[in-house]
Amino acid sequence: MTITVTADNRTTADAWRDFAGSGWREHVDVRDFIQANYTPYEGDATFLTGPTDRTRAVWEKVSALFPEERRRGVLDVDTATPSTITSHAPGWIDRDRELIVGLQTDAPLRRAIMPNGGLRMVESGLKAYGYEPDPFVTRVFGTYRKTHNDGVFDAYTPEMRAARKAGIITGLPDAYGRGRIIGDYRRVALYGTDRLIEAKQAERALLDARPSTADVIRDREELAEQTRALGELAEMAASYGCDVTRPAATAHEAVQWLYLGYLAAVKEQNGAAMSLGRTSTFLDVYLQRDLDEGVIDESRAQELIDDFVIKLRIVRFLRTPEYDALFSGDPTWVTESIGGMGQDGRTLVTRTSFRFLQTLYNLGPAPEPNLTVLWSPQLPFGFKEFCAQVSIDTSAVQYESDELTRPRTGDDTAIACCVSAMAVGKQMQFFGARVNLAKALLYAVNGGRDEMTGAQIAPAAPPLTGEYLDHDELSAAYDRVLDWLAKTYVDALNVIHYMHDKYAYERVEMALHDHPVHRFMACGIAGLSVAADSLSAVKYARVKVFRDGTGLAVDFRTEGDFPAYGNNDDRADGIAVGLVESFMAKVRRHPTYRGAEHTQSVLTITSNVVYGQHTGNTPDGRRAGAPFAPGANPMNGRDRHGVAASALSVAKLPYEQARDGISLTTTVTPEGLGHNPDERAGHLVGILDAYTASGGFHMNVNVLDRATLEDAMHHPEKYPDLTIRVSGYAVNFVRLTREQQLDVISRTFHGSL
Amino acid sequence: MRTSTTGRIHSWDLSTGVDGPGTRFVLFVSGCPLRCLYCANPDTWHMRDGRETTVDEVMAEIEKYRAFLTTAGGGVTVTGGEPLLQPAFTGEILRRSKEAGLHTALDTSGFLGARASDELLAHTDLVLLDIKSFDVPAYRRLTGGELAPTLGFATRLDRLGVPMWIRYVLVPGWTDDPEAVAGLAAFVAGLGSVDRVDVLPFHKLGAAKYEALGIPFPLRDTPVPARESVERVRERFRERGLKAY
Repeated sequence: MTITVTADNRTTADAWRDFAGSGWREHVDVRDFIQANYTPYEGDATFLTGPTDRTRAVWEKVSALFPEERRRGVLDVDTATPSTITSHAPGWIDRDRELIVGLQTDAPLRRAIMPNGGLRMVESGLKAYGYEPDPFVTRVFGTYRKTHNDGVFDAYTPEMRAARKAGIITGLPDAYGRGRIIGDYRRVALYGTDRLIEAKQAERALLDARPSTADVIRDREELAEQTRALGELAEMAASYGCDVTRPAATAHEAVQWLYLGYLAAVKEQNGAAMSLGRTSTFLDVYLQRDLDEGVIDESRAQELIDDFVIKLRIVRFLRTPEYDALFSGDPTWVTESIGGMGQDGRTLVTRTSFRFLQTLYNLGPAPEPNLTVLWSPQLPFGFKEFCAQVSIDTSAVQYESDELTRPRTGDDTAIACCVSAMAVGKQMQFFGARVNLAKALLYAVNGGRDEMTGAQIAPAAPPLTGEYLDHDELSAAYDRVLDWLAKTYVDALNVIHYMHDKYAYERVEMALHDHPVHRFMACGIAGLSVAADSLSAVKYARVKVFRDGTGLAVDFRTEGDFPAYGNNDDRADGIAVGLVESFMAKVRRHPTYRGAEHTQSVLTITSNVVYGQHTGNTPDGRRAGAPFAPGANPMNGRDRHGVAASALSVAKLPYEQARDGISLTTTVTPEGLGHNPDERAGHLVGILDAYTASGGFHMNVNVLDRATLEDAMHHPEKYPDLTIRVSGYAVNFVRLTREQQLDVISRTFHGSL
Repeated sequence: MRTSTTGRIHSWDLSTGVDGPGTRFVLFVSGCPLRCLYCANPDTWHMRDGRETTVDEVMAEIEKYRAFLTTAGGGVTVTGGEPLLQPAFTGEILRRSKEAGLHTALDTSGFLGARASDELLAHTDLVLLDIKSFDVPAYRRLTGGELAPTLGFATRLDRLGVPMWIRYVLVPGWTDDPEAVAGLAAFVAGLGSVDRVDVLPFHKLGAAKYEALGIPFPLRDTPVPARESVERVRERFRERGLKAY
């Protein structure tokens, strides 16, 4: 998009003093600004500073509210004010001490309601925590203002409803905000909203010349809403005494402006994942300029980041207990992508990349923001070693392959949610949750009937009737079920995103994207390892079927050994690869809403537990109700040859056929990284380098003892900060449900004897 | 060069930082002449329980990890059981791994050190030498074997310039006698090719295997050593100028 530069804009000239480069001055182009101005850092972590007394005081004040919040589920809710960017008066944690200001409502941890997504979700959220829905809100959103949720159910077909109810398609964002859209919040700091509004108006002017077709009308209306939202952002910022109509002139302002942009987004949207983007190296330009000018010192630079991170840690949404059970606690996925290499070969690591990670020491470990390192073997060793040490100390970091993202989405890629890579400000996605591949396999056995209820969900087909499962017969039936599933799934997603755009459009987030934007339709699969192992069992061993009186296959007995996915054995791993490729191909056959590019993820978040609960006995020997492995993980206990073998199996899954990400969660005991503690970080660096070089995409690294987790289950009060990576994000272990805690403990711990 | 040499193996695994430097492909061969009371792998005692396999099969498995091990900074470790009970097989694995560009390590008690040819050792980048005790009667009681061959092997490795990591399992009441520790430290300090000493606290993680095999775990009631006493023993080695972990 194009901006007219006003020649005599003195404020802008001052804000941009000493900055190099020209392209970004003429067009909104944050990447160009970063490339022209950032200072790569190749050193180690010794320059970092600890928390200041001020930081400690602010953090202690807000953390003191956490125990009460944990006890009650929510600390407080404003039940009467549907949240907009400007709906709430300003709020503070500690007005005199805070450096970075702005809360979602008028008080810390006080949650807002966002009924645009769905009134029912708001009302059940309120009731679950002992609040009465406000009659006015109920009347407005029940009578006058339709919600996203209402729209979706108007357009769902009976088939979609049945598939959803049976749990073969699950987690659909049809009653809540879809999220996974990353506004380029850096633009607020670099340009100020006046300039951004000008650019939006220029984009809009181009549309005015085009015939008013449905697509063009929708685009015009969206751009009008985007422009309005930028105005509201400026108004909200002004209530905190910040003039974001102009560019930020100092590091303090840059962090503040950027945060206010993000804050506007989380005031407006209760998205499933409200990710931050890739901000550390951008902010480093401002911090470095202030350091060079002698205006701030390292301690001040760190406390600006610390204070920013405090704000990111207290983002809250009102959700239902069922939603929280599905996703383990209360996640917001404030994902910040750190590190990576530039296309010109320089590292994108800066001192501020370190400063973000340092917050895990200065404020203690925490699941949010979801710190994500874009890993490349080319990263400077000092940074790699620091990341590994932080992982060993906190288990709060995830790693994604910069080698896979950079060639595809560029060197200004950020991760949304857990593993979804997008070019910041240029690409967005329609989040599509996932389908249950293990259940689909049982549908193939049972002619489309659900193994738990007996209901006919997929189109009726002859069930497999042999005493033993026949591999060819099963494969053919499975292929037919997956054809149906892919079609029904993409169709349902089209309905959902049509309605989301219509009734719960992300105005400010999309205002911080270029127009036109590139869209992905982010499909997903769950139960990959169960399905792959089941097919392997049928192929390499013999699987006997047990049926109930209605002919429904309800149990299986495996006779003989079979290779399991997760042991770097091509016989089983090849089956998993084939499933990923084939389901992606099937998804691609169906047209998408707004021409979105099809992708899929192999990710379950923590819903692997719930999916497992809703899936019957499977031919791999997994019992009905038992959790699936998370994401693309091998089944617990079946990866018997250590972390490298397990990781190499996962690395075989082709990223090109799962561009929305492939998630691997690894748990290693400290001893599993070496007898000598001083060598562990180096060893972890080696594993991450080798996994990335082998084509691995994502790795959650937990360095934990089983005994620690067991103790935390029994004495949660001793472990308020115990953070573990679960599947693309981190959670407070003590906030998991008991089933989820047991699931985590039962996972493979790669240790040593 | 391909070979038809076969051996009996228990299993293979990948480990990090415990069986030599970095992340390693660890081959557990079957059969051991010693019966150490604290043995964590009683399922590797008998050659007959192992699976017969060819060097080619093992190398095909290792090949799948070559890039990973090279990038991660690791290699191949042959352990057991006692790898020198099958010196031809072990030697072939080491030679071919070395030819594949991988760092090689041999984990042995040294009891059968005489069976390791100079050629085998020429293909060995590192020997992880388990010295179970430095007291002759204690060694005999603990392992059922003699100490002398191990010490002889250590001296030979030193003469050949083969790097060594000495491993010493600290078992309360069995290997924590200060005099024996001091004697071992003095002996090891005299070996120029020793890079480091690993003092490993006795653990009982193998107890379940004894149960599964239906044999009593002799040290079932022996406590694991206190962290301080492990540190104290490491200190004895450090006092001699050795790196000890």
